[in-house]
Amino acid sequence: MTTTLTEIKHLPTLALLVCCEYLAIFKKTVAMHEVFLCRVAAHPILRKDLNFHVFLEYNQDLSVRGKNKKEKLEDFFKNMVKSADGVIVSGVKDVDDFFEHERTFLVEYHNRVKDASAKSDKMTRSHKNVADDYNRIGSSLYSLGTQDSTDICKFFLKVSELFDKTRKIEARVSADEDLKLSDLLKYYLRESQAAKDLLYRRSRSLVDYENANKALDKARAKNKDVLQAETTQQICCQKFEKISESAKQELIDFKTRRVAAFRKNLVELAELELKHAKGNLQLLQSCLAVLNGDT
Amino acid sequence: MAAEREPPPLGDARAADLEELEDGEDLFTSTVSTLESSPSSPEPVNLPAEDLSTNSNGPKPAEIMLDDDREDLFAEATEEVSLDSPERDPMLSPKPTPAITPVTPVTLVAPRMESKSVAAPVIFDRSREEIEEEANGDLFDIEINVSDPEKVGDGMNAYMAYRVTTKTTLSMFHKNEFSVKRRFSDFLGLHSKLATKYMHIGYIVPPAPEKSIVGMTKVKVGKEDSSSTEFVEKRRAALERYLQRTVKHPTLLQDPDLRQFLESSELPRAVNTQALSGAGILRMVNKAADAVNKMTIKMNESDAWFEEKQQQFENLDQQLRKLHASVEALVCHRKELSANTAAFAKSAAMLGNSEDHTALSRALSQLAEVEEKIDQLHQEQAFADFYVFSELLGDYIRLIAAVKGVFDHRMKCWQKWQDAQVTLQKKREAEAKLQLANKPDKLQQAKDEIKEKERVKDFKTVIIEYLESLVQTQQQLIKYWEAFLPEAKAIA
Repeated sequence: MTTTLTEIKHLPTLALLVCCEYLAIFKKTVAMHEVFLCRVAAHPILRKDLNFHVFLEYNQDLSVRGKNKKEKLEDFFKNMVKSADGVIVSGVKDVDDFFEHERTFLVEYHNRVKDASAKSDKMTRSHKNVADDYNRIGSSLYSLGTQDSTDICKFFLKVSELFDKTRKIEARVSADEDLKLSDLLKYYLRESQAAKDLLYRRSRSLVDYENANKALDKARAKNKDVLQAETTQQICCQKFEKISESAKQELIDFKTRRVAAFRKNLVELAELELKHAKGNLQLLQSCLAVLNGDT
Repeated sequence: MAAEREPPPLGDARAADLEELEDGEDLFTSTVSTLESSPSSPEPVNLPAEDLSTNSNGPKPAEIMLDDDREDLFAEATEEVSLDSPERDPMLSPKPTPAITPVTPVTLVAPRMESKSVAAPVIFDRSREEIEEEANGDLFDIEINVSDPEKVGDGMNAYMAYRVTTKTTLSMFHKNEFSVKRRFSDFLGLHSKLATKYMHIGYIVPPAPEKSIVGMTKVKVGKEDSSSTEFVEKRRAALERYLQRTVKHPTLLQDPDLRQFLESSELPRAVNTQALSGAGILRMVNKAADAVNKMTIKMNESDAWFEEKQQQFENLDQQLRKLHASVEALVCHRKELSANTAAFAKSAAMLGNSEDHTALSRALSQLAEVEEKIDQLHQEQAFADFYVFSELLGDYIRLIAAVKGVFDHRMKCWQKWQDAQVTLQKKREAEAKLQLANKPDKLQQAKDEIKEKERVKDFKTVIIEYLESLVQTQQQLIKYWEAFLPEAKAIA
């Protein structure tokens, strides 16, 4: 009777596995969405955006249209132009110390976060592989154990149960690592990219401003189209100052947010790792006690 | 040695009873003398196995006369040390000289074998228990360690010499503690000698570790990298397990070759084990012939016990292989995990450096350190996985291959037996009925039972050891993360 029960327990393992995987991925995506929405809500300007309000309040289907091919192609070209431009613009030295410092910092930070994120991904993947291996070992031990009912087979069955449970824990560890560490790093990768983009836009406007200044000087010298040059220059100046101001604010916010997010995630990561390690330890020790008690 | 006591009584009984046989008593006496002389000298390696197998499984004439023998056997069983009953078998294997025609040795040797198997149930029950006791006793009486691998020589002629240390309280060894230096081909030579002597009569000789040309070449060339040290360590551990398993086997323990291997400081070079020697090529040809043979022999398995056991072993083999593959994958992935963790640790350290918020920076570098320690942990765990678990499984798979080899031998014996049967039927009608007696491999059953118990113990201890290593890893993990937590919390 017991053998049939254990057999039945093992049948839906595949379905259970798929369920667990789905849940893990779901948790991840949900967490990302939550962070996104919170960020938008916390931002002084964005939170007033009408689209955002609609998103939060409209209780029927929003029917958002995805980007069609033409739009995707446009995006692609825009990106290419932007990166080429960015190279040109980054050569310009910035007057403002703050921004200069930020720029160097961001470039370096971005690269390192990219590196750390990639390595962390690899690490969580290996961890998941180890958990999968435990699963296979568990099932092999199980089939070894069901050969006959001698002593060693009962032993095998118990060890296979242990492996099953450890596997679950290891899988959770890897999923949690993924959630807390890898996702954090990935997010900050994108954030630092966004910050870099912001700086790029600012530099762009600075270059425009300086070009406008030069054009104005040239126009004044030639005494042609002065007014037009002046207006252009003024617009550029305004744009530049506005962007500088908001950029400064954003970058400071970025730093605080980053620190807070890292803290939260690292603390949670450590706590979860502890919980799982303790659970694992308890499981192993109780299994050992049973096995030693048998002999 | 008690064995020497043995031939005279049986020989005389037989001689008396088989007077009616046409073949003269001269053959008997010559047999007796050869048998007497055999215990001391090891079987020459080039005596083809075929002859030997014919003799051991030959048809058995004259069961009727064995009543007297049975009494003798009983008497002997009770008074002799139990180790001797299986001891008789090796005495049978060094068969009479090739001068005797195929038919007669069969009749000569058969009575002895037959007498044993007829009396089988009772004697072997008792002797099996005694063997078990003795086996348990042996476990505490002899201890073998293989250590100190050192490279001897230079270039392509270099080899690794291992120190084999034996501690024993058994009286058959000259000293209580001694050690010798042996190289890998010595081990292989020992195994081939033991195999030729015992394999065909149904013993399971523990298999020796395999030769690895790639690994050894690396060592010879002197590459001092981690893969070659790993290889040497793997080999050393495998050799130690091999010797330990061999001495656990009570009959093999009595073998003079084994003793010579353990004791004497100079051993004749086993040239036959070289991969590219004449003997090596001969072995390959033999293996090919065996494979062809296996396909052509259609053995009618009359003994249900063997069929069942064979099936069991097939299943076991398959599953062990699967398990072994999974464990190897686990080792591989854990090594990967440790490498990736190390890379991540470095990356996190760099990130911490570029971060200008001091508390976060410090926390990140702490994280890097934690991850580095964890990486070390994973590496150690991987080693534990490997050495403890995976190697054991590999050993058992090889052991099962050896068992299969025994089964194959049995098939070959059966085939020979059938052939001999046909020839014999042409000659004698009286003996024909009695050829349908039991096979002598009841002895194998006894051996199998013993192996089962050892296997259980082995597996249990190893798995428990492995689980304990897992426990330690988890405890260390807990320590590390507990140390990290306050740092993370301290990020302002």
